[in-house]
Amino acid sequence: MSAGAAYRLGEFHSFEGGGRKFLYVVPAGAIFEIDSDAAAVVGELAGKRATREELVAGLMQRDFAYNDAAELIDELAQVRAIVPVHAETEPLEPPPPDFPMQSLVMNLTNQCNLSCQYCYEFGEDKVATPDGKPKFMDIETAKGSVNFLLENSSGRRAVHITFFGGETLMNFPLLKRVVTYANARAAAKSRSIDFSLTTNATLLTPAIIEFLSENRIGVTVSMDGPPDLHNKLRVFANGRGSYDVIEPRVKALIHGHRTRPITARVTLTNGVTDVVRIYRHLKDDLGFHEVGFAPVTTSPDRLYAINEPGMNGVLEQFHILAGEYLEYALRGEMHGFTNVSDTIAELYQGVNKSHPCGAGLGLMGVGPSGDIAPCHRFVDSDTHAMGNIATGVDRAKQTDFLQRGHINNKYECHTCWARPLCAGGCHHEAFVRYGDTGHPNLHYCDWIRDWTDTCLRIFGTISAENPEFLEKFAERKAL
Amino acid sequence: MKHLRAVNKKARRIEHMDPAIRPQSERHSDDDVVALQNQPNQAPPPRPHVPMGCALAFSPGWEVDSSGGTAGLCQPVERDIYDCYVTCFWPAQVPDHLNNYPDWAGKCAAATKDWRNLDLVFP
Repeated sequence: MSAGAAYRLGEFHSFEGGGRKFLYVVPAGAIFEIDSDAAAVVGELAGKRATREELVAGLMQRDFAYNDAAELIDELAQVRAIVPVHAETEPLEPPPPDFPMQSLVMNLTNQCNLSCQYCYEFGEDKVATPDGKPKFMDIETAKGSVNFLLENSSGRRAVHITFFGGETLMNFPLLKRVVTYANARAAAKSRSIDFSLTTNATLLTPAIIEFLSENRIGVTVSMDGPPDLHNKLRVFANGRGSYDVIEPRVKALIHGHRTRPITARVTLTNGVTDVVRIYRHLKDDLGFHEVGFAPVTTSPDRLYAINEPGMNGVLEQFHILAGEYLEYALRGEMHGFTNVSDTIAELYQGVNKSHPCGAGLGLMGVGPSGDIAPCHRFVDSDTHAMGNIATGVDRAKQTDFLQRGHINNKYECHTCWARPLCAGGCHHEAFVRYGDTGHPNLHYCDWIRDWTDTCLRIFGTISAENPEFLEKFAERKAL
Repeated sequence: MKHLRAVNKKARRIEHMDPAIRPQSERHSDDDVVALQNQPNQAPPPRPHVPMGCALAFSPGWEVDSSGGTAGLCQPVERDIYDCYVTCFWPAQVPDHLNNYPDWAGKCAAATKDWRNLDLVFP
């Protein structure tokens, strides 16, 4: 940088935590704590431009030695808190074409014994077109899927299979065979596979629980809270709520499965937004290790859609649990609110996403027919199929999906400071809302920015007061 | 770093990054346009600002002479007017001599001497 170059502020989001000041440098996803001198330079440059000499001279008026002042300016320039006036943000590169797979979601069946009204597989906004396709995956397709994962994940020692449905346990015999087969195949290649399962818990038996525990299969239970909330939409075909059926089974699962944490996954809908009460019940009364929440994916006009005041109420309650999370973290304890942990895990790494998630890239879904989908939410959809296990990935369709979803093509996102984590949001949500998987989810931008800011402040406070706690996130991957 | 503390992994990578590695858009950020024959790390010799010719074609000797001035042009600087007006296919800000202002340059026999006689037009 020669003498005459003028600087302006770079692209960052500033926040405070634990009495300290931080910058979240957006084009990188980096987080820096800044001292009061650096903060003063940043404050003075807001909305202006100034040369290096002018900035240094300003500091020397505040009794800085020349070298100290220059060092401060150069530090700010190095992390791009200040940048030359005509610096441009370079577009993110597309992922390499041979990006190795990490996870495969196997929909063992598209059948389910519940009739939850909001289900993205069967509800009013479904994208699946299952007519004429197999209802249950057969062993040949399952083995082909395992081989597909191992062959398309070169360079990764450990890969992951998630069993999904429908109701996954309606095809438990296949699940057992897949685990045996996959472990043998992986071992033969000196690699490892770990497993997880999502279930509505209605079909859990002591034998199944024992199998899951022995094989270290992580379990996520779809559950919406105490009976009055859970039974609103999670019902059998005759309309009867499923709470009473699953409660003893969930307790048995949490008691009997000792090898992996058991998590609950809550779908928030209109009238089921009492986040704190739901959390207390699932965490304290039932004993889940972690509880994660997500608003239902739906067209805005469905009866169960949450309106904007409802979403603001959800956010307020998220803040309450986030405050608790921070208290726990400062004591070195892990709180069970998944939504904070997942965000902290991404902030810890400093992710800067080209795509909102791994769908169609490191993660794919496969349906009972063997059709490959970008993720489990698109399984059995003819529109979104990306090839078949028997014939391989349809690279043209995959490329189209990934190009649509790339942050470079989401113009509305380019001025948003939360884009390194959000990258426009869920492809499936975008398709349901806007009819295009590559459309940014503009209906929750304010929400995402508020939540990201909340988690940044938590992160900053922990980094100031109990930094060792953050090392817990070195290995954690947000799902 | 004395005034900043890296608190996530990405920040630590930036902290240890070679400061010489800068994005393309920030290199030579305060230098003038540099011709291709100048190597990236070679400072260009000091000299007058030299435009590189018309946007569409480079006519050596047309806009500047070898010293960067206009004294030794191989064509008069006023030739500019006619290069856009007569010979170039690209529409320029000169009057339309085909339909509306056919006599625009009628009093200008030799551009170097008579350019002041070019008509003003008010479309």
